[in-house]
Amino acid sequence: MRRTLVVWVVLLVCVVIVSVAGTTYYLAGASRRERVIVSTTTSLYDTGLLDFIEAEFEAEYPIDLNFISVGTGIAIQHAQRGDADLILVHSPKDELKFLTDGTGVNRKIIAYNFFAVVGPETDPARIRDTAPLQALSKIVESGRNGTARWVSRGDNSGTHAKEKSLWADAGFDWTALTRESWYINAGSGMGETLKKADYFSAYTLADMGTYLKYEKDGLISLKVLVEEGKDLLNVYSAIAVNQTLHQSVNFQGAMAFVKFLISEQGQQIIEDFGRDEYGQSLFYPAVGVLTENTEPTIAEWIRDYAFFDDTECPLQYRRGYPELYGGG
Amino acid sequence: MANEIIDGVIRALQLIFSGDPTVVEISVRSILISGSATMIAFLWSLPVAAVLGLRRFRVRFLAKGFFNAMLGIPTVTLGLVLYLFFSKAGPVGFLRLLYHPAGMIIGQAVLITPIMVSFITNAIESVDQEIKDLAKTLGASEVEASIAVLKESLNGVLLAVTASFNRAIAELGVVLMVGGNIAGFTSVLTTTIALEINRDIELSIALAIILLLIVSALTISINLVQRRRT
Repeated sequence: MRRTLVVWVVLLVCVVIVSVAGTTYYLAGASRRERVIVSTTTSLYDTGLLDFIEAEFEAEYPIDLNFISVGTGIAIQHAQRGDADLILVHSPKDELKFLTDGTGVNRKIIAYNFFAVVGPETDPARIRDTAPLQALSKIVESGRNGTARWVSRGDNSGTHAKEKSLWADAGFDWTALTRESWYINAGSGMGETLKKADYFSAYTLADMGTYLKYEKDGLISLKVLVEEGKDLLNVYSAIAVNQTLHQSVNFQGAMAFVKFLISEQGQQIIEDFGRDEYGQSLFYPAVGVLTENTEPTIAEWIRDYAFFDDTECPLQYRRGYPELYGGG
Repeated sequence: MANEIIDGVIRALQLIFSGDPTVVEISVRSILISGSATMIAFLWSLPVAAVLGLRRFRVRFLAKGFFNAMLGIPTVTLGLVLYLFFSKAGPVGFLRLLYHPAGMIIGQAVLITPIMVSFITNAIESVDQEIKDLAKTLGASEVEASIAVLKESLNGVLLAVTASFNRAIAELGVVLMVGGNIAGFTSVLTTTIALEINRDIELSIALAIILLLIVSALTISINLVQRRRT
């Protein structure tokens, strides 16, 4: 009796272990290829651009791209903990900190587009076609007398960082604003925040890529009220994680993906993405603009806004790959 | 607005019945992960519950109280704790469980352990103590008598396993924070439902229907089995 019991227990344990191990092996199938974990801003993911790039990249390279869509602030945190191999972000100020603290290396600007202040068609604060900073002042005024509301990302993302710096430029103390009743802290990604703003008939700051997709897909009825202009420039970069700091990161894999992003093929994918469907590109390729000066004004704006010491990545933060920066 | 809902459900049903590869892939992954988690949890919960239910010792109430208290542990709390452990900066970061199905299986197994232990313990305790005594008077050894009790509590064990699986497959916090919803690798029913509403609402609806079907079908079939046994 005792012996049969032991046999049964051993059998049960074996069956469970074998089946769980088999299942795990089966589930991990994709990752038997080399993995690159990319923590990314939500806009690139929500629009579907990354799905597109992933398919083309994985067809050519034996590498699996794993995207974690979290927003710039969290993406940087993931990278600092060593949980990501590469980040795709859009907040130059935070990016510089990420380079100087030693975590980030080999930064490359990959794309740009513009932020826009979007809001309900009725435009209660009458900001249509005003300058961005003036528009914000008007929204505050209307907010305080109860006719307008503002939805903020509130998630430390790149868009949130942009919003904070715009409030500061417009002469407001952002932390004080968050306590006012018309100011709604969404704490969510770009797509979700647009839907909340739409629901509340409120104003918000959005990147044009995500806005266009959501508007054309019929998910929101907000209108673009203030757009373009240097103040609203939005620049996306890729930054690899320093291998000497986190030895286990897949640096080579990450750099292969960066090189793909800035290759002619990669840049073309970015330019073509959504153009037929939405009537204009959701994101514009940045490499040609910067190296060939095809659009001098934009190039000037990008340099002013997203360059550190006149370069997209100062020398001390580069690790190999001189071809990235026009070297031989 | 009502149209949107009806259209969404119709297209979701089309997705399900046409055997859309994404729908199938995510559903299969969910079942495999939660199924594995349930098996592992069963493996370590049964002996613990057997000891708690059959023996009488001093810290028994403390141990039982602990598992009862952990019954309702918020999944996001456990998700956060596991994230901190599995992260490369964390104590077991070298195991590379973060953003990996294996990490999700372990996370869910930990999550449902208290349910498994509490339910099985209760099932064993509710079996009449006389069965054990009777078995012993008929000449059974301590182990044999214990097995007799376990056999009587099979219904309760079945219920514990089902309830655990249902909690595992329906939870969002652990799989989202540990798995990261990586498309084609760690995305499961709940994470896709929660996050695809920003991209593909029909997929969300389709998966929500499937999740509901899995959970209710399982519960109903267990009820039928139990009715037949009693």
